[in-house]
Amino acid sequence: MEPENSISIEALKSGSREVFARLVEVTSGHVYRVALRILGDEQDAEDVLQETYIKAFRALPGFEGRSSLTTWLYRIAVNEALMLARKRKPEVATVEQDQPFDPEGESAEMEIVDFCCLPEGEFLSNEARRFLDQAVMQLPENLRVVFVMRDLEGLPVQETAEALGISESNVKTRLLRARLRLRQQLSVYYGERIAEGNRR
Amino acid sequence: MSEHSHSPNCKVLLGSLSDYIDGDLQAELCAQIEEHIKNCENCRIVVNTLRKTVEIYAQTAGEPDMPEDVRERLYAKLKIDDLLHHA
Repeated sequence: MEPENSISIEALKSGSREVFARLVEVTSGHVYRVALRILGDEQDAEDVLQETYIKAFRALPGFEGRSSLTTWLYRIAVNEALMLARKRKPEVATVEQDQPFDPEGESAEMEIVDFCCLPEGEFLSNEARRFLDQAVMQLPENLRVVFVMRDLEGLPVQETAEALGISESNVKTRLLRARLRLRQQLSVYYGERIAEGNRR
Repeated sequence: MSEHSHSPNCKVLLGSLSDYIDGDLQAELCAQIEEHIKNCENCRIVVNTLRKTVEIYAQTAGEPDMPEDVRERLYAKLKIDDLLHHA
């Protein structure tokens, strides 16, 4: 989302409802999607969406412009989503420590299935889409957030790091871990589709 | 890959894979990876399926659209619903 070019930060800070409405219009689809991908629940995503803009509106007069407006909004939304996730399911909220990447551990029992050869229609069938969403939800929370920001929202590494308050190096390591785990899950899932095809 | 996980080349490759498929890896390291996967089928499959994984998710990136009723409730909550059609 790139609202900066069309939205006056000064007008926002001075409380213009029209400009705030424009900000909401341009950015709310992204904020909703990020919340939904992190939380996996439509009602929770809507709660985060509303709370994000209520907090943003209150905080706008103090917005110092150290990060872009969109990065700032993402930061509020992600914090709200994570707070809600921990409140909803504190017992299952998994967070992995940011250790250096361990190739030995990550490569243990890696699935080797060349699923690239499947027909294109298999990758995004309705059933496959449900599986893809579930696989993201099964990632530890801190890996999931980075994957959502980088690979689903398309934020650059630097902006993701700013929005999450972590280093660029940590963004890259978490993204690699997230992608490798999803690759593993997809290898099992699409591997079964290949095996089913071979049995027919 | 588990069989190959003791190879130093495979380990180095694994840590650089994200940068490699994003096109952010130095040319020299890219050349090393490409040379390695010519002769290591398991690593070639890992590289190709990792790239495919990222591509599959990229195709779902703009989904789902925010439902219209969610948008309306947001505007009402923020008391800017009178500006919905002028924003």
